[in-house]
Amino acid sequence: MSAASDHALRSWLDRRVGVWQRLASLASRLMRARATGVAEAIEMAEGYRGVARDLALARRVMPAGRTRTGLESLYANLHASLHRPPHHWRSDFRRLLRDDVPGIMRSIRPQLVWVTMLMALSAAAGAWLVNTYPELIGLMASEEMIERVEDGGLWTDDLLNVVPSSVLSIGILANNIAVTLFAFALGVLFGLGTFYLIAINGFMLGAVFAFTAQHDLALRLFNFVVAHGLVEMSVICIAGAAGVGLGEALVRPREQSRREAFQAASARIGKLLVPCALLLVGCGFIEGYISPDPTFPLSSRVVIGVGYWLLMVALLRGDLVGRAAQTR
Amino acid sequence: MEPNEISERGELAIDSVTGVDVSLPIVGAGGRSYAFIIDWHIRLLVAVAWWLAVSYALTGGIAAFGSGSEADGDGDSFFGFYFLVVILPALAIYFLYHPVLEVAMHGRTPGKRMAGVRIVTREGATPGVGAILIRNVFRLVDSLPAFYCLGLAVTLVSAQHVRVGDLAAGTLLVYDRARRPGSSADEFTVSHSGVDPRAAELIDELLGRWSELEPPARMALGRKILQRVEPNAAEISDPSAMKERLRSFVDRRSQ
Repeated sequence: MSAASDHALRSWLDRRVGVWQRLASLASRLMRARATGVAEAIEMAEGYRGVARDLALARRVMPAGRTRTGLESLYANLHASLHRPPHHWRSDFRRLLRDDVPGIMRSIRPQLVWVTMLMALSAAAGAWLVNTYPELIGLMASEEMIERVEDGGLWTDDLLNVVPSSVLSIGILANNIAVTLFAFALGVLFGLGTFYLIAINGFMLGAVFAFTAQHDLALRLFNFVVAHGLVEMSVICIAGAAGVGLGEALVRPREQSRREAFQAASARIGKLLVPCALLLVGCGFIEGYISPDPTFPLSSRVVIGVGYWLLMVALLRGDLVGRAAQTR
Repeated sequence: MEPNEISERGELAIDSVTGVDVSLPIVGAGGRSYAFIIDWHIRLLVAVAWWLAVSYALTGGIAAFGSGSEADGDGDSFFGFYFLVVILPALAIYFLYHPVLEVAMHGRTPGKRMAGVRIVTREGATPGVGAILIRNVFRLVDSLPAFYCLGLAVTLVSAQHVRVGDLAAGTLLVYDRARRPGSSADEFTVSHSGVDPRAAELIDELLGRWSELEPPARMALGRKILQRVEPNAAEISDPSAMKERLRSFVDRRSQ
């Protein structure tokens, strides 16, 4: 390159400084605020191409200077701004519930059947174990809980006298969401983490029911859990099935690498956590305000439990957001 | 979009339709830990500050769990109110700090900003809400068994220094070029009122290192550059006058 053309290129870059500054402030404004005018967006898209050309020139004529570093920074910022995913919260959320969730539910149906069976078998195993060796309940329940049941009461009896409903709801909700997220995330251990979590939960459930049955309290415990338990257990099974789906992607990545398969499965199946979390909010509310309240008769609790479960099915099938109307 | 290449030097190459690519250096375990520790302190301090301030405002002192019933006369309802107004927001600040701020700040948090890093997708773009939430769900696994041991171990052994959450979300932590000293887009303009840009850059660099250089070296370099910029100007022998003269060429253009 001749000295003259080198000088001409540098002079060109020099004259472009104002444009770069304008683009830099535009990019920073665009990163802060979502809405911007069409003219500004077009200016930025065109400016991006211009900066790419300037950067290529700067790399050639000023390879180690501040101009090149500054341009690289500007170029990276413009690239990030232009490739930022759009935020259409309402329509994205609607599409998630209408299209994505029903599709994912269909795809994990075999895993859901297996996880539900695992939960049921573990519960049966826990019940059998405590019936056969009653002293083993000490491994699964606290001393206080055992004493309470042996005295003819349930640990849930005075719940509202100890903790206000609002606090109880939030505490239960947080705990359920943590269990659900763990059931999903532990799928990263090739599905085994999810397997053990579901098995332990089922085992404890069966054991506790068997223990209360030995003291003629099983119906009272059922009375307590029926309003929230149907959905709560279903959501844990769904999260477990999602975790197994993650594990399956790692065990059988098919034509992708394990990392790619895991990433794809997380992005796809992880969407299920949104309706699961929403459903658990309802469970927390029911468990805090309705389940411990002795004024609610069993029939009302059954109606609430079954009704909420049907609502869950409708939500997961996409019926609540117009899927039925769309497919007819 | 196809995932971009990651070089052996640990840089994510962003290629675009323009054909000009830029590489973003991937953050190692050290930079990651540095950003995390800053964030951890911020969220802890803000949560504790909330707890102390609101608790003080409500009870006139620092109330513990369930205390303050005397102030209200109704222990249960006060405890419920105290939990919802004081404890719950403090817990929310602590536990939702990362997902909320990473979404709101496009892959950054205050700690990441201070450490000069940000989250990007494997294509170099800002991650979407879904990816950020998935990344945060897997904190449960990364934090096992305690103090992010698993996450740190995975970061140390993985090729791109990512934790499990990044693997799940398809994200990387990179150094933010815009936050590196001297690389801000506002600073690339060494002012030149007609001066050759390369000379202006040299002047800017010399002024930046002025205090580090020995006085004779400063003067010698300054004279050389001035000869190039103003071949016919009179020679300057006073160091402060030299500095002022050089500065007159490179005052940054104001925005």
